[in-house]
Amino acid sequence: MSAGNALTRSVPWRGTAWAMGKLGLSGRTLVIAIPMLWLLVFFLAPFFVLGRISLAEAIIARPPFTPLFDRAPDGSLEIIASLENFRFLIEDALYRNAYLSSIRIALVATIFALLIGYPIAYYIARAPEPRRTILLLMVILPFWTSFLLRVYAWMGFLRSNGVINNTLISLGIIDAPLRMLQTDFAVYIGIVYTYLPFMILPLYANLTKLDGALLEASSDLGASPMVTFFTITLPLSLPGIVAGSMLVFIPAIGEYVIPALLGGPDTLMIGRVLWDEFFSSRDWPVASAVAIVMLFLVVAPIMWLQSIQNRRGMD
Amino acid sequence: MRGWFLPMAVALGFIFLYAPIVSLVVFSFNESRLVTVWGGFSTRWYGELLRDRQILGSAWVSLQVAFWSANLAVIVGTLGAFVLTRFNRFTGRLLLTGMITAPLVMPEVITGLSLLLLFVSMELTLGWPAGRGLTTIVIAHTTFCAAFVAVIAQSRLRQMDESLEEAARDLGAGPVRVFFDITLPVITPALVAGWLLAFTLSLDDLVIASFVSGPGASTLPMVIFSKVRLGVSPDVNALATIIIGFVLIAVLIAGWLMRRALRRGFQ
Amino acid sequence: MQPAIAADTKPWRSEGAEPFISVRGATKRFGDFTAVSDVDLDIYKGELFCLLGESGCGKSTLLRMLAGFESPTQGSIRIDGEDMAQVPPDRRPTNMMFQSYALFPHMTVEKNVAYGLLREGLKKSEAFARAGEMLRMVKLEKQAKRKPDQLSGGQRQRVALARSLVKRPKLLLLDEPLGALDKKLREETQFELIKIQETLGVTFIVVTHDQDEAMTLATRIGVMKDGIIEQIGEPREIYETPNSRFVADFIGTVNLFEGKVDAAAPDMMRLTTPDLGDVMVPPQPDLTRGQQVWGAVRPERFAITRERPEGAVNAWRGHVEEMGYIGHLSQYRVRLESGMLIRASQSNRLRDEDPISWDEQVWLSLAPRAIRVLTR
Repeated sequence: MSAGNALTRSVPWRGTAWAMGKLGLSGRTLVIAIPMLWLLVFFLAPFFVLGRISLAEAIIARPPFTPLFDRAPDGSLEIIASLENFRFLIEDALYRNAYLSSIRIALVATIFALLIGYPIAYYIARAPEPRRTILLLMVILPFWTSFLLRVYAWMGFLRSNGVINNTLISLGIIDAPLRMLQTDFAVYIGIVYTYLPFMILPLYANLTKLDGALLEASSDLGASPMVTFFTITLPLSLPGIVAGSMLVFIPAIGEYVIPALLGGPDTLMIGRVLWDEFFSSRDWPVASAVAIVMLFLVVAPIMWLQSIQNRRGMD
Repeated sequence: MRGWFLPMAVALGFIFLYAPIVSLVVFSFNESRLVTVWGGFSTRWYGELLRDRQILGSAWVSLQVAFWSANLAVIVGTLGAFVLTRFNRFTGRLLLTGMITAPLVMPEVITGLSLLLLFVSMELTLGWPAGRGLTTIVIAHTTFCAAFVAVIAQSRLRQMDESLEEAARDLGAGPVRVFFDITLPVITPALVAGWLLAFTLSLDDLVIASFVSGPGASTLPMVIFSKVRLGVSPDVNALATIIIGFVLIAVLIAGWLMRRALRRGFQ
Repeated sequence: MQPAIAADTKPWRSEGAEPFISVRGATKRFGDFTAVSDVDLDIYKGELFCLLGESGCGKSTLLRMLAGFESPTQGSIRIDGEDMAQVPPDRRPTNMMFQSYALFPHMTVEKNVAYGLLREGLKKSEAFARAGEMLRMVKLEKQAKRKPDQLSGGQRQRVALARSLVKRPKLLLLDEPLGALDKKLREETQFELIKIQETLGVTFIVVTHDQDEAMTLATRIGVMKDGIIEQIGEPREIYETPNSRFVADFIGTVNLFEGKVDAAAPDMMRLTTPDLGDVMVPPQPDLTRGQQVWGAVRPERFAITRERPEGAVNAWRGHVEEMGYIGHLSQYRVRLESGMLIRASQSNRLRDEDPISWDEQVWLSLAPRAIRVLTR
């Protein structure tokens, strides 16, 4: 109670209120303006800069790209903008393959995450109370530790002289170490491992809402547990499956760290290509063009799908 | 899904989740430099970690960045959520709705690159921000963390009985008073959760920070990444163990506080 | 000293009495939907006025306009002579008790009640003293330090009432004040509410969908439907002389039949009806011959006898299809020869009479004055 009191009675507060009144601004406008301006400047404006630099040329200078306006030899102002970078993206198969392989890797990883996450979510949703909270906490707990270190943990696990290979050799199952690190397989594991909680939580939220009486009714009408699962539980949990899959697929598709640490040199993902273009080649304009194409090919469809899903959720 | 299949699948799932973490912790006490071959118990890597100025310095940078980003993200995110749930009509409503949630689906590489280009262009034309460092990382983290705070705050504000705010108006409080006396205290638990999430996300971020940071300001994930890129190194295991220990303690304390609050509620 | 209360003086009956609240042509539209349509309403000091109607009829919107949470699309609202158009809710001389009670969950009972007084600028000690007084009145002084979630439903309702009364508003608005209570508690609380209202002399406007509640509480009732006030009147007027089929049907049970005005004598008027033949009703000067009208009859107005009563003007033969014994009265469903089903009831005055029962042939008779003739 006193916080509000002290604030509204303070001199700066009253001064601001008075000045705003003079300018014809209401408190309401100010409240809207703070988040609006922040996001306009630091979220929306960067995309225009991105678009503009994607039309520039890389040069060796600071900053490493040509300006949009330049003095022509005759002294007139000319606009330097070319679609050269985009033509380059289309012609070089590397970029096309990177986009396609990002989608493939994210999709496969999402399916694995669903197959591993569903039984866990189902089990937790059906568990009695003290156990349920503990299990749920155990699912979330890894998320609060560092993402980078969790990926790092798998490096130690998958190496040729890592934990898995050492165990298998000492058990006599294999003679020579398997190559697991620096493969697409390692990238799948990394993505599934990192984003599994995002799959489990929406599924769990959906499955706890499932009315137990429906399952009883189904078995009462003569359905076996298997049939009940496939005809009742699975169709009803579809919204949870969609929500969870989106939460895994979306961050996976632009992933950089996982392919960089666990993938091989031939593991192409678009986030990694953009990173290398920027940090290794120092070609800012091409990196910008890659980002613009990614916005239209990957981000825009996802946002469109999400808005459809939200609208359906409202009904 | 009956009998042995379900418990078995769940057990395997949890082994999958925890085995890497357990091995990380175990091998942090390994004497050998070869991270995965046991060479006897030792705490030497913890000692080396504590002598590593680079790691300690970057940890301090990360903590500062996370603290300020979480604070700013709570302010921006809460105001955005409040405006969207309580003001029905204003110009730019649709734009704000889009801008506040879009960072959630934006790949980090795009957010990072586009913000860096903005900072560079601003420096060229406005002279601010001069160079890149703590400030630019905080701005970048605030922008993407605010989206998460806004989602949490928005769902709490929607659940909240709006007649609470009307009742306060009815009893003679102006709009600003109502916000500080009623709205804010009621949504505080959600804001605390949002703050913690923003803090964690900021501490955890590598990609965006790599783009927008400058020479003098490396965050902890940036330093770890440059180390592990060259291969496994035992002092990173020690660092991971310390972080896991902190998280575990924090969770235990939070759990204990929650149980105490629940027990009080029942009396 | 007891303040003079409207329930005794009935100011609305006297010509030229000054209304305390006056609503003129109030209309509220939400997009295409008209929630309140051109409402005129006068309410007098000390009244306990009930707005009665089904959910979605606009009664809550009207209440919220009085409180200041909605501003009328058209029309004006004056309270105690002052136009409310530019007055925000926090500056109005009204207080509201919310349907959900809207108790601040993070404040104790005492702080909840004192909140409004502190906003008036009262000193803390004084505000809490007055809050304590109010809590004594609603018998909750022992719970003062508790949080709302540690109270029962009935206790929460009383805190909400205390909080809305403590500022001594000129007008108290109550949105379904008893809606969340169970039946027994609701009946007890009704009388408590009347007692409090009479002691403090505050004007109450109560929104409710429960007709029994409205009948018990109100000095006057406004029956609302589709954003329009259908009828305003004392409970007895609303029940005995409804002005439309809707009001007649909404309050209590009624038998409705349609007919046409046939002939009028100075002391009697005849209707011809398809279901009841010729029906004699009291004369009504404003009706013309051949006009379409409806008759409305309450079940208890019928006399049920085995023989046709001597000299009855309106009497019909019928057959008891169903009978329900309630204790103090018996309810009948009688099928007339025309096929019309009549609901009638009879009070059980004597213990040892031989009651009329299932399957009996009976006569239903009706005095002309027992029929209310409606034109809409």
